[in-house]
Amino acid sequence: MANGKNDDAFVVFDRVQKSYDGETLVVKDLNLTLPRGEFLTMLGPSGSGKTTCLMMLAGFETATHGEILLDERPINNIPPHKRGIGMVFQSYALFPHMTVGENLSFPLEVRGIAKSTREEKIKRALDMVQMGQFANRRPAQLSGGQQQRIALARALVFEPELVLMDEPLGALDKQLREHMQFEITRLAHELGITTVYVTHDQTEALTMSDRVAVFNDGVIQQLAPPDQLYETPQNSFVAQFIGENNTLNGVITAIKGDLCEVKLDNGEVIDAKPVNVSKVGERTCVSIRPERVEVNPARLQPGAHTLKAEVLEFIYMGDIFRTRLRVAGNEEFIVKTRNAPDQVRMTPGTQIDIGWLPQDCRALDA
Amino acid sequence: MTDATANGAPAKLTTADGKPLKAALASAQSHARRRAFFLVLPLLAFIVITFVAPIGQMLHRSFHNDGFTMHEDIGSGVRTPIMTNLKAWFDANPAGTEPTEEAFAALAADMVVLRELKAPGQAGTRINYELSGSRSMFTKAARKANDLEAPFKDAFLDLDKDWNNPDLWRVMRDASSAYTFNFYLAALDLTRNADGSIEQVNENRQVYVTLFSRTLLLSILITVLTFMLGYPIAHLLATLPLRYSNLLMILVLLPFWTSLLVRTTSWMVLLQSQGVVNDSLVGMGLLDDENRLQMMYNQMGTVIAMTHILLPFMVLPLYSVMRPINPSYVRAARSLGATSWTAFRRIYFPQTVPGIGAGALLVFILAVGYYITPALVGGADGQLISNLIAFHMQKSLNWSLAAALAALLLGGILILYWLYDRLIGIDNLKLG
Repeated sequence: MANGKNDDAFVVFDRVQKSYDGETLVVKDLNLTLPRGEFLTMLGPSGSGKTTCLMMLAGFETATHGEILLDERPINNIPPHKRGIGMVFQSYALFPHMTVGENLSFPLEVRGIAKSTREEKIKRALDMVQMGQFANRRPAQLSGGQQQRIALARALVFEPELVLMDEPLGALDKQLREHMQFEITRLAHELGITTVYVTHDQTEALTMSDRVAVFNDGVIQQLAPPDQLYETPQNSFVAQFIGENNTLNGVITAIKGDLCEVKLDNGEVIDAKPVNVSKVGERTCVSIRPERVEVNPARLQPGAHTLKAEVLEFIYMGDIFRTRLRVAGNEEFIVKTRNAPDQVRMTPGTQIDIGWLPQDCRALDA
Repeated sequence: MTDATANGAPAKLTTADGKPLKAALASAQSHARRRAFFLVLPLLAFIVITFVAPIGQMLHRSFHNDGFTMHEDIGSGVRTPIMTNLKAWFDANPAGTEPTEEAFAALAADMVVLRELKAPGQAGTRINYELSGSRSMFTKAARKANDLEAPFKDAFLDLDKDWNNPDLWRVMRDASSAYTFNFYLAALDLTRNADGSIEQVNENRQVYVTLFSRTLLLSILITVLTFMLGYPIAHLLATLPLRYSNLLMILVLLPFWTSLLVRTTSWMVLLQSQGVVNDSLVGMGLLDDENRLQMMYNQMGTVIAMTHILLPFMVLPLYSVMRPINPSYVRAARSLGATSWTAFRRIYFPQTVPGIGAGALLVFILAVGYYITPALVGGADGQLISNLIAFHMQKSLNWSLAAALAALLLGGILILYWLYDRLIGIDNLKLG
């Protein structure tokens, strides 16, 4: 697969900007380097610029400024059909007037591949997605999940080195989606193809990717592997967007090494890990994950500090309990506890003590 | 299916109380079905009374004309058979028999009846359809019917020696039966000669076949032109953002809200030799004053005006097919390595075929039967078959021939429709 060129920079976005109307930037100064074989997810709310980036890479939009390189080749002026990039669309875009086999044959025909080779490749691609016996069906005769597989097979049948996927699982139900997430990652790794995957579903991003680029407002907020993204968010947007998150607002009163002191709005003082705060007196948004909060005082680790809380709501969710508390004036403070035999089911109205370790508590920009 | 065929033969399904399932289903739905039928009943009656019945009557007229066999008094509505004596002679003698004295005697007796009924004009007109100039022979003979005496043959020949014309006797024999296919023959430029076999009419009297083929060719040309002009417009309409496409759609529909006559006359203003187009070309020095283009009162005028008038009928079905085509199809094709031309040819175009079929069928059928525009701007060689049908309806009053021409036109369209169904499939038709 590797052809001796720079494998660490297979896809490069170099200071890319995009504007549709000449007044606002949809993508602001995007710099991104993708090594060969990586599965990268672009995650973000709608309108954050992630799909625009994908479309620029595919060639359906032109960058207003900056350069996109594919395998060290600038591709800004290369039309989409010469880029050799496989693409899976949100709506699958299977050609309705062709059978599944003809759909897969299309990219091979336009490349002038001989009939016998074509048939062999089509068969291999269909087997790869376990759809071998459906070659003569029309797309309309297939279920959503089956159409999804065909769209995937069609994007892979001409053996592209780069595959783009634009929210390909958006239209599937939950179980099928989870199954396809697994299938897609398996295929991507087995075939060693580089994948750029766009989604607004954070679970999908976390479970599938090697790295995730979180987009907001036309800027990559953080580019990191899933575990880092979840555990060490770099700013409050990422902390809010990825997973569930509790925030407490306050002011920095002291910074000492890798800990800082935050005076919360209700007057309480807690310790936190400073992430993107720099000076005393700055407003901050302290972030703490619901599963890192301990409600059982007996299990509190040494060094943890405690706060008073009032139970507002208890939700039974099967595998976990979700308890809503009032903590330091915040009424949306969530605590998640495992449904273990010794776990207490808290009654609304009771006053409890909660606590966490200062290093799980991150002081981010307000 | 699997559990019903446990013992090999499909078991009849029944409801809980033992009634056959199909009967139960039918009775459960019969009320709704009855109500639905009553809802469409007014429309059904309307169509039968205003559409099916008149057309049926018209078609009936194309092979049934009782002008030579039956007289109906306009005031009282009393129907009296006429030419009965002559018919009896025709029945007794085979075709091709020389008219004998006996035949002329029968004719004379019938003339007396015609005179009493004041119907010689009617009978003469019927014969005149197929042999022009014979109407006056009937009115003249009937006027003198009471003076005719044996030998009748000489008496008739004294009135007009054409009474011995074998063609006349052949036509009278045909007309003595109300049912005839001679109008269809006439509509195809065919006639029967004296011994009853079919031959082509004189070359300088052949009109209808030429007109049919001209109608066909011009309609095909107009259909192709509307397609070539309409396809890009429809595509533009389908891809523009909604607020622009709505504006453009109004422009496309604007002609619909203008009277057909106004539109046709504006083309006359534009295209005539002293008209806007010619004046501008001469004014710009592109054309000499004496070489003004003849764009009106010929086929060109018909084609230009009809293409414009029928364009919306092509644009609308195309638009309705193109609008829901997801732009990601073409994008997908491009990403799979197709040039924009290949993507259009193999992905976009095939998906618009139902719209093309619908638009082409619509435009073609409308063009084949178009009347006003060719009548106004067609001049001599821009007339279509419908103008001739109108001529026979209004001027020559040969309704049977008009009906035969119309029936042939209808038959031709039905054949095309059938062909379309065989080749493309009528379920592929999409009108919106």
